[in-house]
Amino acid sequence: MSKVIKIKKGLDIPLTGRATDQKEKDTVTRRFGLIPDDFPGYKWKVSVKAGDSVKAGDPLLYAKEDESVRIVSPASGTVTDIHRGERRKIEYVEVEGTAGVGEVTLPANANREAVLTLLKECGLFAMMRQRPFDMVPFMPQTPRDIFVTAFDTAPLAASMLDFVDRHHLEKGLEILGILTDGKVYLSVPTGSGIESRAAEVYEFEGPHPAGNVGTQIAAIAPVDKGDVVWTLDALTAARIGRLFATGKLDFITAVALTGPEVEKPHMVETAIGACIESLVKGQLKNDGLHKRIISGNVLTGERIKDMNGFLRYPYRQITVIEEGDDADEFMGWASMNPRKYSVHHTFPTFLKGLGKGFHFDARVRGGHRAMIMSNEYDKVFPMDIYPEYLIKAIMAKDIDRMEKLGIYEVAPEDFALAEFVDTSKLELQKIVRDGLLYLRQETI
Amino acid sequence: MTDSSTSVRRLSDVKTTISESQYLLIVKGLKKNIDKIKPQFEEGGRFSKLQSVFDGFYTFLFTPNETGKTGVHIHDSNDSKRAMITVVIALLPCCLFGMWNIGLQHYMAIGSPDRDLFTLFFYGFFAVLPQIFTAYIVGLGIEFIVAQIRHEEIQEGFLVSGILIPMICPVDTPSWMLAIAVAFAVIFAKEVFGGTGYNFLNVALVTRAFLFFSYPSKMSGDHVFVKLGGQPGIDSFSGATPLGQLAAQTEPSAVVTNVVGDPLSYTDIFLGLYPGSWGETSCLCIFIGMAILLLSGVANWRIIISGLLGGFLMALVAHNWQSPLYPCTYLQPLEQLGLGGFLFAITFMATDPVTACRTRTGQYIYGALIGIIAILIRCYNTGYPEGAMLAVLLMNCFAPLIDYCVVNANIRKRMRRLTVRNI
Repeated sequence: MSKVIKIKKGLDIPLTGRATDQKEKDTVTRRFGLIPDDFPGYKWKVSVKAGDSVKAGDPLLYAKEDESVRIVSPASGTVTDIHRGERRKIEYVEVEGTAGVGEVTLPANANREAVLTLLKECGLFAMMRQRPFDMVPFMPQTPRDIFVTAFDTAPLAASMLDFVDRHHLEKGLEILGILTDGKVYLSVPTGSGIESRAAEVYEFEGPHPAGNVGTQIAAIAPVDKGDVVWTLDALTAARIGRLFATGKLDFITAVALTGPEVEKPHMVETAIGACIESLVKGQLKNDGLHKRIISGNVLTGERIKDMNGFLRYPYRQITVIEEGDDADEFMGWASMNPRKYSVHHTFPTFLKGLGKGFHFDARVRGGHRAMIMSNEYDKVFPMDIYPEYLIKAIMAKDIDRMEKLGIYEVAPEDFALAEFVDTSKLELQKIVRDGLLYLRQETI
Repeated sequence: MTDSSTSVRRLSDVKTTISESQYLLIVKGLKKNIDKIKPQFEEGGRFSKLQSVFDGFYTFLFTPNETGKTGVHIHDSNDSKRAMITVVIALLPCCLFGMWNIGLQHYMAIGSPDRDLFTLFFYGFFAVLPQIFTAYIVGLGIEFIVAQIRHEEIQEGFLVSGILIPMICPVDTPSWMLAIAVAFAVIFAKEVFGGTGYNFLNVALVTRAFLFFSYPSKMSGDHVFVKLGGQPGIDSFSGATPLGQLAAQTEPSAVVTNVVGDPLSYTDIFLGLYPGSWGETSCLCIFIGMAILLLSGVANWRIIISGLLGGFLMALVAHNWQSPLYPCTYLQPLEQLGLGGFLFAITFMATDPVTACRTRTGQYIYGALIGIIAILIRCYNTGYPEGAMLAVLLMNCFAPLIDYCVVNANIRKRMRRLTVRNI
């Protein structure tokens, strides 16, 4: 029997545009791009040149610090562009061709070292994260535990378990068990009825961020100073399982095309790093509004600046909302408009019947201020941490206090909801990300 | 049937679109004109020294259409302007009632209370208008200047302080005193610490305390709480506030009277028909304000509840051990809570999120201590007829310490986890 954990604090933002179950197969995408920035923790170097032909599963980038850690091509074809930005920083590596399946030779003996080497070489290692720091695992020690989340509660996120082969998932959990001396934890939504021999299963109930792995770790076994745990989603775990079960490296991913500005929100089956243009072309509403395309969800996703962008890690969702930069709102602070969403009761939307489905745009909706209101973050932050004090310690760059207040337990995404509800419009995720980078720079 | 109803709907649709589009046209036209003069206020422009002021008014008129650059892509509609405006709205019942009450007290004092509502209200309105103007002009003026020096946006914290300050002062406070006190408070209680969000003392209360300690003769006694306007009071007139009467009392009783010497009933106290700092006498209006603040979630219910409980308990204790030395102890607990500025301070001052405790546990302690200390000072320190102001200021100073202890408990828990596992 799995244990049930109830998460009380949190918020499900009523954004419109949830994807239906209808799944379309993407047959048009020819361009795939991988973005080194999606894999923080290492300095990445290219191992190919423009014009090289690659097969699915061939390495495109390798880590400077550990050359066996690689990011591999999801497609077979030709490397068309290694795009560099300022100071020759690699922005993306683009491959043109068809999405494929990689083939690898499995090690004869699945011991820890062999498994780890294989995962690093075929790019799956880079899709894991470690806490502290929320980066690709870069610290040499064996992880205390490994946490796998099998659901995503972010706005409009699709169900993960619907697209996971249960046998592969179980195999993946088994393999992950080899990598740690501790336990492998699998977190599932309540009522999913999943059981596992290889992992300890916890059922979670409650609003977002119940699906965030950070929330789950905090509820199961918090990260302390000196601990390292690894985290991944069930899709990656299933990929690992498939790799070790069949020797095939899988890049297929089901992407939810969501948001109020999508004509018919639905699922698309495509591959990692697919070009955004081919995924959203013809799918957006033709209403003349400025649009913002986000790879990911509205809380933690990355904005895609132009249509040439690529689907970004963790490759599960695209959200399109109105940009709203051309709106002129007259005396917005006095508005009683029932279409303006707020968790605070200063707007009429908290009244029953008005709280269904909102068309959000990307406006910040207020000036940036110092932290004024108290307990705002607490209401959406289900960890045993004082978020206001942690944020203040990070802003003050006080490492000792950050450690004491629990910086090792958090990732920027854990603060996403707090950033959404914040009256003072502070950029909390950026503050936490900068804090983690600073901490790493000063302590390691 | 269907046809006619559709056509009706269409007609009404057309109507709304016209009025909406007209409205949009006006707004867009206004914005276009303001945008035209905007460059003159920017760096290098003719009025660049007024950039912050211009920005302040601009964002007041038009919600900035800045879109998120990093982090979350959507935001809650609430902003600090909205929060502050909610507090101002919550203050309005007290404010309007206070103006009317000034008129009432005046006409009662001169012996002709049978005036109509408007006469009473406008008497009070014109009596306090100079104070309100003074507070806003001096306070906002300083904020504008500081914002310009720092090249920051104007922050709206003083919107609330500006109306609060006159409300907690006697009606006869001279404007020049108010101006000095506001300037002192805004500069030394707020701006030197970094502006809105960084002050550790409530600005409105610092203003009040400054007045109280710098001009004691003008801030207490029998002559400042009722505006006579140069007219003579009737024979039985006394302008002392109920708590002032008690502080000066020598007999062992708790009979408090209104301006013409009639004893005050519970109803009088609840409605606020007695002299005092003009915004804070009516329990009814404070309860309306409290309801607005609690429903909108702007004020913290933990502080209010624990404050009321703390005050009630202390009043109960004081009443139980009455002493002729301290006449205030003769008051019933409910009278204690209803008289003076206690309720107002708990509702509008103690809940100021910047100066109050920020942790939940801390908020209970903070509120309760304010309640207890306010009644304690009121009863046992006869030098100060009212203790609410001092209690809130005192607890403002201790709020960071309380929070520190609460947060440290969390830190200790984390440390313990670490040591348990390392063994």
